[in-house]
Amino acid sequence: MMGQTAVAVKADNFYHQSTNKYSGILSWLLTIDHKRIGLMYMVSIIFFFLVGVIVGVLMRLELMAPGKTIVDAQTYNALFTLHGVIMIFLFIIPGLPAIFGNFFLPIQIGARDVAFPRLNLLSYYLYVIGAVLALLSLVLPGGPIDTGWTFYIPYSVRSTTNISLPLLAAFILGFSSILTGLNFITTVHRLRAPGMGFFKMPLFVWATYATAWVQIIATPVVGITILLVIIERLFGVGIFDPALGGDPILFQHMFWIYSHPAVYIMILPAMGVVSEIIPTFSRRTIFGYTAIAMSSLAIAFVGYLVWAHHMFTSGMSDTARWIFSLLTFLVALPSGVKVFNWVATMYKGSIDPQPPFLWVMAFIFLFSIGGLTGLVLGALATDVHVHDTYFVVAHFHFVMFGGTGTIFFAALHYWFPKMFGRMYNVKFARISVATFFIGFMLLYFPKFIMGYMGMPRRYYDYLPQFANLQMISTIGSWILSGTIFFIVGYLLHALFKGPKAPSNPWGGVTLEWHIQSPPIMENFKTIPTITHEPYDFSQLKEMKNA
Amino acid sequence: MQHENPKHKHHHPGYGTYILVWLALLAFTSITVTIAGVNLGRYTLFVALLIAAIKSSLVVNIFMHIKFEEKIFKVFLALSGMTLVVIFALTFFDFIYR
Repeated sequence: MMGQTAVAVKADNFYHQSTNKYSGILSWLLTIDHKRIGLMYMVSIIFFFLVGVIVGVLMRLELMAPGKTIVDAQTYNALFTLHGVIMIFLFIIPGLPAIFGNFFLPIQIGARDVAFPRLNLLSYYLYVIGAVLALLSLVLPGGPIDTGWTFYIPYSVRSTTNISLPLLAAFILGFSSILTGLNFITTVHRLRAPGMGFFKMPLFVWATYATAWVQIIATPVVGITILLVIIERLFGVGIFDPALGGDPILFQHMFWIYSHPAVYIMILPAMGVVSEIIPTFSRRTIFGYTAIAMSSLAIAFVGYLVWAHHMFTSGMSDTARWIFSLLTFLVALPSGVKVFNWVATMYKGSIDPQPPFLWVMAFIFLFSIGGLTGLVLGALATDVHVHDTYFVVAHFHFVMFGGTGTIFFAALHYWFPKMFGRMYNVKFARISVATFFIGFMLLYFPKFIMGYMGMPRRYYDYLPQFANLQMISTIGSWILSGTIFFIVGYLLHALFKGPKAPSNPWGGVTLEWHIQSPPIMENFKTIPTITHEPYDFSQLKEMKNA
Repeated sequence: MQHENPKHKHHHPGYGTYILVWLALLAFTSITVTIAGVNLGRYTLFVALLIAAIKSSLVVNIFMHIKFEEKIFKVFLALSGMTLVVIFALTFFDFIYR
């Protein structure tokens, strides 16, 4: 496939049709087209992701051997904070909704754009402003923030590093998230094509819709919390700092009231992508459509009520601890509903193991490990033992990176031909799933063992008995980061030199596969009328004849 | 404003109502300040929250016109209000039993 020379992409697509009077770079920077905005997000988000990867590799290099290896302790504190802030706020929260939600949500419901295209562009610029402020805080006098991405009080009030600026950055990024959520909810309610009832929407739309609600309802809480910390730092008002009469546990409550639902902002769209990919590559309608759709809403709802499981050892009351532990176990139910439905969809399907499907298989394996170890942390007795150790670090990397990160690559490989009209090297893609998986397991699995043995998180040094496992973990980081740069490499090559992709390379039946690759400006020549169920593969014959 | 639904009637309360609500808000504020000096023990927080709830419902209903809006706005507002109540209740499981 790679042997073919570049094929001219059809001129009548959104790359060649500007929504404004400008051409060139301004036609992108001032665009209100949801697809172009999605791609601008993609460039920015992948850039920050790669920066986060490099910071992560630097941390692993420091931990390669006991004692000081490449950086001192204070720099290490800045590195893990930076890694967390970049990966959480700049990559994984906006990742799937802002890129693939923007690009595909309107297409999948048969709309020409989102409900508020200009607001969409504003959301993008808020993201950019937030990101620039966060980066600016690293180089300004005072030095990079060293509190960890959770900004816990009282240290974040007392630290002399730059705290207020990155907090302000997170505040602005929050607005970007809220406005995106608002846009998606309105789009789903108001712009569905004729015949597209709520229960005929693709499951990615359902998941993004549920996510949008969490974005709107939860994000303001962290906004207020951040403002209160800034006020406390600037004016010495005693809100959270106990020395001033404040309550530090109140900060933890308010922080996690947002940041736990934020975990579901990260994972729900990924679950939506899985529900798209599995039927397409199993040639079989999704098993339990309604259960999957409703479990997205249930996760969004129950996920709201479990935040204090991050605080079991904070000194919170015993009553609150068992209540939150119970609620935490409840949220495992709708997640389990999804996993069983996905596996049931594959049963007796005609499985075609193309790269997106392989990424999803890696996801189910890694996410299940992440989910099940979450129960260890959700149980009070075991949490006391492993809290603030590498066990927690391993758990959330399995859930967030093995979950959402893996699906980010799955979505990229699934929709790449649609977004760019080009095909990547499938062989390279298959190899990269395998090396990703090996690197991932080597990097993160030893952390479960080290955590269980008592290795605390966020330490730049360790006892000699951890040396071998730390070394294995560092080797894993080389394989994993090497794979990530390899993926970026072959996708960039495909972008410029890849063979032309057909409009429906995978045999999908949701609306984006009915239109040309890349799509035209405003997506549809005429708005379609929906008559089929979303995953009715009997349409494939009609689509081929059309 | 040209896109308004002609069937949709707008009730604008007069200036008199606004001034009354404003006076009520001032009165509640002074009650809050006064009560802060009285030791109500474990009820301090609940009384403060109750007064705050009355005040915000006045602002939301009259100043923000929700009382005169369509049902859908009320439903969504009630949804976010309920979320807030649930968050408060769960947080109090910590605060009260600490």
